[in-house]
Amino acid sequence: MNIHEYQAKEVLARYGVPVPQGIPCDTPAQCRQAFSDLGGGLAVVKAQIHAGGRGKAGGVKLVRSAEEAEKVAQDLIGKTLVTPQTGPEGRVVRKLYVTQGADIAREMYLAVAMDRTARAPVVIAAAEGGVDIEQLAHDKPEALLRVAVHPVKGILPNQIRRICFHLGLKGNEMKSGAKVLQGLMDAFMATDASLAEINPLITTKGGDVMALDAKFSFDDNALFRHKDIAAYRDINEEDPKEVEAKKFDLNYIALSGNIGCMVNGAGLAMATMDVIQQKGGSPANFLDVGGGANKQQVTNAFKILLSDANVKGILVNIFGGIMKCDTIAEGVIAAAREVKLSVPLVVRLEGTNVDLGRKLLQESKLDLQTAVSLDEAAEKIVKAAGAHR
Amino acid sequence: MTVLVHGNTKILVQGITGEAGAFHTKNSLAYGTMMVGGVTPGKGGQVTESGVPVFDTVAAAKKATGATASVVYVPAAFAADAICEAIEAELELVVAITEGIPVADMALVRNYMHGSKTRLIGPNCPGIITPVTDKSGCKIGIMPAYIHRPGKIGIVSRSGTLTYEAVWQVTSAGMGQSTCIGIGGDPIKGLDFIDCLELFQNDSGTEGIIMIGEIGGSAEEEACEFIQSHVKKPIVGFIAGATAPPGKRMGHAGAIISGGKGTAADKKTAMKRAGVHVCDTPSVLGATMKKVLGR
Repeated sequence: MNIHEYQAKEVLARYGVPVPQGIPCDTPAQCRQAFSDLGGGLAVVKAQIHAGGRGKAGGVKLVRSAEEAEKVAQDLIGKTLVTPQTGPEGRVVRKLYVTQGADIAREMYLAVAMDRTARAPVVIAAAEGGVDIEQLAHDKPEALLRVAVHPVKGILPNQIRRICFHLGLKGNEMKSGAKVLQGLMDAFMATDASLAEINPLITTKGGDVMALDAKFSFDDNALFRHKDIAAYRDINEEDPKEVEAKKFDLNYIALSGNIGCMVNGAGLAMATMDVIQQKGGSPANFLDVGGGANKQQVTNAFKILLSDANVKGILVNIFGGIMKCDTIAEGVIAAAREVKLSVPLVVRLEGTNVDLGRKLLQESKLDLQTAVSLDEAAEKIVKAAGAHR
Repeated sequence: MTVLVHGNTKILVQGITGEAGAFHTKNSLAYGTMMVGGVTPGKGGQVTESGVPVFDTVAAAKKATGATASVVYVPAAFAADAICEAIEAELELVVAITEGIPVADMALVRNYMHGSKTRLIGPNCPGIITPVTDKSGCKIGIMPAYIHRPGKIGIVSRSGTLTYEAVWQVTSAGMGQSTCIGIGGDPIKGLDFIDCLELFQNDSGTEGIIMIGEIGGSAEEEACEFIQSHVKKPIVGFIAGATAPPGKRMGHAGAIISGGKGTAADKKTAMKRAGVHVCDTPSVLGATMKKVLGR
């Protein structure tokens, strides 16, 4: 799960990482008030969406008066920001964060990510900040320092020193930097984060080190033990179809193609998408109905697939293991009747009780095609969807 | 010969009184697998409907039954602790079926495993199976037993249902399996491709290997380096996720393309370079293996 910048800074501040003072706002009037409450002078109005690259897309503005803060807010709220991370459809700005301006001396990069090879959190640090880190990793890999942290004991003082030296911190900045690192690691481990990124981390002219921007992602599987973090969820930032699917314990990801697919198992679901593409079609989604899908889940899955206006055909690919094929067939038949299926449907069943399942489908008088192999199923649905439009 | 488990392996079930534990234990017993004991803290002394004695701790269960392996169906919030208990009891093999264990918990488990002889399969996997006859064998996990036949193909896979797909094709083509290992879809786990490939290479009962990977991480690429220097047996491979967009987690916690790394194209290229017979669709895994073995 991802959260907004203002929420990420709340988390960091809770663990002792200095951040500029800021106030989250929903309206231009609130932004005007926030400017004054922050003491006036210089402030930054920042669009809150779950995507990076906001600055270049016009979502971050420097303001010098309460009037200017209000005006900038009027322009930003309701605007669709398109950044390299939002995709072409962009994201609508619903919330703004007004923060104090900082007297930046230098920008750096600092992040922690759960690393599967190290099987531990790994700190990534660079003395250059505010940059695209993937670009930097590609152009100047030696500029990045990676330090694996003990997954139980956490970061050690010598590791903190090594990272601070790499960041180029000097004198009093070292102490301030150590506090940032300790706080970042504590926050990361205490919240089951999968990624925490401070870009840029800055030194101020007064010798402080603080987080000017912040991004957090959390392990969805661990949210059950972090009610405070789970409460940060903003469903406006998620695809409505994905939100709906989650309610029914369906694993659904919206894509941009025109063939909806319903599969059991994540690997088989990905392979089904791949074969649809090989046969000249384009998958509209990833959908794993899980190992124990029942009639109700199949019906809900159908409804979600059909709520996507782009869908011109549906492919059901189930390898019945524990779940028997006749049960799946009954579910598909009932669901197709209930939702009054309006697009071509190809069903490929394999596994336990497959003959019974295929017989049920044939006797159903439903307008559907069956297939024996995944390749055959994909060919049939691509052809049928092409004829349907 | 087979790898890791055989017809006489004695197995404990951790979480045997839960719905999943009870159901799959019944299926394993029906397949002739030696499920000798269960563990549910607080329910020691009971006997399950399937007639399996329940113990309070893994240590007590091991002592009473002589089990060398366990399978974990404990709910995600408590699963890492259950795995650690099995490691502490010095079981040789632990198979964790549970899906949705927090990544940090698995980092802790891996740390706990340092210096231990226990081998872990999973979590978030279908398990491991060695067919002994057409209708029986050692089934530790949730895979449908009837699709398996004893034979000489070893299968290792990150995905559950894709494994079944491969198994069924191998069986339908008249070949059969030595052992099938589902290593699971999580980013931090137990045995990985390299461990399983090494086991199959050293197993006289395995003639060919099917390896099924997916997007995310670099385990397949690392395995390919190992294949070039260590694996002489023919390998047929498939990678799922060629159409998956970067940054989207495809169901499995580990299946995500991040920072432009871990793409299906990269993995297929690495496989081809290592001499793996790469299939573009999972529909031809069995037929390709048959051709490669010259049958």
